[in-house]
Amino acid sequence: MSAVAPHEHASTARVTRAWEVLRCVLDPEVPAVSVTDLGIVRDVVERGDGLEVVVTPTYSGCPATEVIEQAIAAAIDDAGLGPARVTQRRAPAWTTDWITPEGREKLRAYGIAPPGSCASEATASNVQPIRLIARDVACPRCGSAQTERLSAFGSTACKSLYRCIACREPFEHFKPI
Amino acid sequence: MTTTFAPLPTSASPSAATASTTTESIRFMPTPQQAYLMRIGDSCLIHAQRLAEWSGHAPILEEDIALTNLALDLVGQARALLTHVGRQTGFDEDQLAFLRGERDFFNFTMTELPGRRAGRDFADAIMRNFLLSAWMNVLWTKLERSGDAEVAAIAGKAVKESRYHVAHAADWVVRLGDGSEESTRRMRQAVDRLWPYTAELFETDAVDTAAAESGLGPVRAALRVGWQAIVEPVFADAGLTIPAAGAFRSTGSRGLHSEHMGYLLAEMQTLQRSFPGGQW
Repeated sequence: MSAVAPHEHASTARVTRAWEVLRCVLDPEVPAVSVTDLGIVRDVVERGDGLEVVVTPTYSGCPATEVIEQAIAAAIDDAGLGPARVTQRRAPAWTTDWITPEGREKLRAYGIAPPGSCASEATASNVQPIRLIARDVACPRCGSAQTERLSAFGSTACKSLYRCIACREPFEHFKPI
Repeated sequence: MTTTFAPLPTSASPSAATASTTTESIRFMPTPQQAYLMRIGDSCLIHAQRLAEWSGHAPILEEDIALTNLALDLVGQARALLTHVGRQTGFDEDQLAFLRGERDFFNFTMTELPGRRAGRDFADAIMRNFLLSAWMNVLWTKLERSGDAEVAAIAGKAVKESRYHVAHAADWVVRLGDGSEESTRRMRQAVDRLWPYTAELFETDAVDTAAAESGLGPVRAALRVGWQAIVEPVFADAGLTIPAAGAFRSTGSRGLHSEHMGYLLAEMQTLQRSFPGGQW
């Protein structure tokens, strides 16, 4: 991946503390995971008196983007680390490959099947799948691979709806992108 | 620079980033590069508006959710592009979306055609979504290499979204085109109604040429081969025939729109026009 791991900066105590605070800022639409679990916080930098938090949006039209930015700024300010300024970095584009292993486990525990890898798709960007591809999505409840997709789109832009044939439970799948 | 895209003379011409707070109708003479980006942004926006009309009306719940999800992505892409243009012209995304008049929108005519009124139906919505998302997919792929870093970044995100837009639409085209007698009949009618508007998607003009020369993005003619590579196999699978090329040329991308555009804008803009400057 071309993405630089966001944590690998020579950090001041304030920046380190800010990352800890951000680990508790939850996604309003998937409140099982934090903004750092999702990998959307790309950088935290001291800028003069303030603290700049660099965020990469998930989907172009994600209605939670503004809410997340406000929540991040409020959390930093409330922790006394502010004044916070949240900026957007569009490139490289966010991918579900940036969701951390802990984030994936939290999604599964919450009942959402985590996304598979899409790194291969990104590198072969001129070979576009033009038809729906069946992916193996394991049931987050019983672990069975015997699942079927009910709807390509779901309650939020990032999820689709599945059903487990083994345990009969419906569940959501976080789509790889 | 000669411009063929702005059919009427304009008055106000805010050149650089002085932010306007106006709540009145805005007009400005875009540079070819701005017009190029507004064509894409406006096409995303108006296509999204038409898709969103299916909210609560699609044949099945899953598709209701799907079409509005696609619309959401398109609105996001439009916001990014209009915001980018707005930084250069002094208007924000909302001013550009809600305070421009019909002649100052540069979306392709195909995007503004009714999707579920005036004798059109779900087949029209599906076919248009397929033809446009395939075009967008080819465009975004090329714009990933735009000389404008912001445009390249927007494209890097949008191209991923366009992939599942195409996949979803293609799935439906085959399902309906190769479906029942009735669904096949309706899909064929939709193709006949929409195909004449595809010519505009590939007709290079002065705006495209200027954009290409400045490294912003491709001319429209350069998108045809990639588009056909997506469209033709799906048509073949769906048992649909590609109509012969005709002489008709739509002109939305030059600001000259169909009779449907004014009604669409009236609905889309009514809140800002009725309550100037209103915010959520």
